[in-house]
Amino acid sequence: MTEKPADTKEYWRWQEYHRVVPGKTWSDKNLITAGVDVGSVGSKAVIMIDGEVYAWAVTRTGSNSPDSAIKVMGMVLDGTGLQQSDIKYTVGTGYGRVNVPMANKAITEIACHAKGANYIWGSSVRTILDVGGQDIKAIHCDETGRVTSFLMNDKCAAGTGRGMEVFADLLKIPIEDMGKVSLSIEEEPEPVSCTCVAFAKTEAIGLLRKGWTREKVIAAYTRAMAIRMANLVNRVGLEKEFVVTGGQSKNMGIVNRVENVLSVKTLPSPNWREGGLDPMIAGALGAALLARALYLKAQGS
Amino acid sequence: MITHYGYIDGSGEYFISIDSDKCNSCRKCVEQCPQQALELVTEFIDLEDKTVAAVTEEHRKKIRYTCAQCKPQENRTPCVLACQEGAITCVWKPA
Repeated sequence: MTEKPADTKEYWRWQEYHRVVPGKTWSDKNLITAGVDVGSVGSKAVIMIDGEVYAWAVTRTGSNSPDSAIKVMGMVLDGTGLQQSDIKYTVGTGYGRVNVPMANKAITEIACHAKGANYIWGSSVRTILDVGGQDIKAIHCDETGRVTSFLMNDKCAAGTGRGMEVFADLLKIPIEDMGKVSLSIEEEPEPVSCTCVAFAKTEAIGLLRKGWTREKVIAAYTRAMAIRMANLVNRVGLEKEFVVTGGQSKNMGIVNRVENVLSVKTLPSPNWREGGLDPMIAGALGAALLARALYLKAQGS
Repeated sequence: MITHYGYIDGSGEYFISIDSDKCNSCRKCVEQCPQQALELVTEFIDLEDKTVAAVTEEHRKKIRYTCAQCKPQENRTPCVLACQEGAITCVWKPA
């Protein structure tokens, strides 16, 4: 009897990549700044030339923040011809922001996300839901991308990107298909009663045993996450110029359900698969913009 | 910028909100909080670092327990009363 090979596929694994905006060039006359966002699950870096996006990279955060920052910075520099020394000012942000070795300054991700969303979607953006790897933030900002009010979820990884990764592995569905699969059901099931990753996992196993399909289970979990997120958004003030950032902005099962619960459509996002700006880089992008502003301010004084 | 700290669950909705534009970093709320749940932190506002009051990282995740004692007093909690700038508000809406 031959032993069945163990299933070693990493269903949670999402696409890591870097991109240089085609047709853009730089010289030493340009002001080149960078933003590095070391999140709990993903690390992102953006390089800007005179306040316009030139290159970005997205990778998985390792067990140590400085190494993750160095890795993502190496990725974003790749193919640009730039050296670290060409970058005049770097801002570190995110969960690991104080451990970004090349950063001139660390700024909380709240300020960076609002600035980044203002750049990606334009000055009309007022409400931002950032679904990160280990927390959810709801941000309200003005037309300049200045934060007016802000709220973070009060505990753990309940209803976050990391929770979705755990479910991808449990149900053996590749993470990038989770949204599509969760929407493939005919009728929306009741949400799972608890979004705590550990308890939700137990509940999901129970539902599978009861005969629920994987699709139905993931729909119930996604729905529970969406309801939690909608509560946060309502608290900071929902306006119809609403966007979702962070890794889970790529999960249409989440975005779709949040829209349904809140009865509002998100502003159309650029298509990152076809070269558009990635909603996941909003924090790093905002950091690079603030880096530019801080550099100019220092020069002026 | 107003930062909301709190939770929404089956028991109701509780939020303590701190307006960093109004905060003058006088520290009175930090001293008056019976749970030592507040501290002064550096916040980045309009390209400047400003010292403002905030709920400590430790207490953010367990605010339902930390603020349980003061919660029913709503806008008469020690932190709210301590702030002369009116930068702190507490809202408790039982379900």
